[in-house]
Amino acid sequence: MSLEFTSSEMMSVTAARALTNDMTCFVGIGLPSEAANLARLTHAPDVTLIYESGTLQTKPDVLPLSIGDGELCESALTTVSVPEMFRYWLQGGHVSVGFLGTAQIDRYANLNTTLIGDYREPKVRLPGGGGAPEIATSAKEVFITVKHSKRTFVKDVDFVTTVGFGRDGKARDNVPHIGRGPTVVITDLCILKPDPDTKELVVTSLHPNVTRAEVIEATGWEIRFADQLQTTPEPSTKELAVLRDLKARTNTHHSGQK
Amino acid sequence: MAEFLSLKEAVSRHINNGDTVCMEGFTHLIPFAAGHEIIRQEKRDLTLIRMTPDLIYDQMIGAGCAKKLIFSWGGNPGVGSLHRLRDAVEKGWPNKLDILEHSHAAMANAYEAGAAGLPLAIFRGYIGSDLPKVNDQIKFIECPFTGERLAAVPSIRPDVAVIHAQRADRNGNVLIEGIVGIQKEVVLAAKRSIVTVEEIVDDLGASVNACVLPSWAITAIAEAPKGASPSYALGYYDRDNAFYKEWDNIARDRETFQAWLKENVFEKGAA
Repeated sequence: MSLEFTSSEMMSVTAARALTNDMTCFVGIGLPSEAANLARLTHAPDVTLIYESGTLQTKPDVLPLSIGDGELCESALTTVSVPEMFRYWLQGGHVSVGFLGTAQIDRYANLNTTLIGDYREPKVRLPGGGGAPEIATSAKEVFITVKHSKRTFVKDVDFVTTVGFGRDGKARDNVPHIGRGPTVVITDLCILKPDPDTKELVVTSLHPNVTRAEVIEATGWEIRFADQLQTTPEPSTKELAVLRDLKARTNTHHSGQK
Repeated sequence: MAEFLSLKEAVSRHINNGDTVCMEGFTHLIPFAAGHEIIRQEKRDLTLIRMTPDLIYDQMIGAGCAKKLIFSWGGNPGVGSLHRLRDAVEKGWPNKLDILEHSHAAMANAYEAGAAGLPLAIFRGYIGSDLPKVNDQIKFIECPFTGERLAAVPSIRPDVAVIHAQRADRNGNVLIEGIVGIQKEVVLAAKRSIVTVEEIVDDLGASVNACVLPSWAITAIAEAPKGASPSYALGYYDRDNAFYKEWDNIARDRETFQAWLKENVFEKGAA
């Protein structure tokens, strides 16, 4: 019998499954944080989660609203300064996975969180780079999770805040001490991976009940599908229960304060 | 030695129109009380530097204190946009605001270089990013030993650093606990510093490796209980996440914002 679940839940569970117990993950706020903590509370209890506020090996009971909620510090093994975090732990090579969200992503997995439109005359001003530009190059690999829509999945981002594989797919070639870059993009419709040669994102797995037409409709370039297209496994009863419980706890926590 | 002053006196004496001011605290210990005092004293033409402008700079920008902002992530964490910042950048309200943006790694390195008395910071960064195209303060240099191309940014050496901490002892030594951010670096990088604290105590109760700023490294200390609210002070009060969410509505509209500012800042004296 099939369980009932939303496309957002499908996305979070699939993103969580990308993490394994032996990874050290530098976690972005929002969807990545939800997925990373779901992984920790299900199949990867020993996954090491790091947030840019300096909290090493943190185990929050509720999802943080900000990158520096007290919950992160109090449940961490230790908390270091922000320069130490970026210099020793990230740049020093101790992070296996950077887990990022984004506002725009293009076919070469470049991320834009800076603005829509022209830099000097922006149509929409977005928050900016934060930790992402260096997380994406210093982490050994990068996972990205973002909702699929034509506004988000564009052929070329308006601004490369954070490099995937550059405008031509070659930005990482022959650069010393640089990570592999994005290895997987998880959306509410599908899983995409970069083509091993061209680095263009290709759909490798469709989520249950999602059609190719829906993915094509939600993507701003002529999206390609892998020859061996998979169907993403459905969330399990346990994964759904843990995710729903985590989100309910989080909502109660953040709205209850005043 | 640090001088104990009222917050009003500390801001009046040490922050001048046109100064470059860093008010730091990474989500934790954001010096809101000091920000409100700067708004009340109608300081103008400030160059404001902060990794995450957060609500504190949204308020100060909306109140007309700033002419320039240097930052690395300008959102309301977990909520959305900083509407006052956006209004200033997109529409020039209440005045034109120049911006210079970096990544977190760049700013953290620049603060550390400032504290170390160096003119620049060197790090492995900005590879493949468009940020160097829009920020002329980002350069690249070649490592003289390995030939590796590395990013370079000027160190941050502000006129004034403003931070909030848990407590000071009666000699003016300050303890910072929890997410310590870049507070130590910014105080050491600045010409002058103002530290607001939750309380002044006989004994800091610091462990041997605690983050302590000695009195002789600080210019002024002002007691400001709840001075970091709606951010938080570990061990004293939690982050007011509900207010961070409410701010989205307050700041979205100019009139609502101005009414909030009048009632909550101008009509309230320094704590």
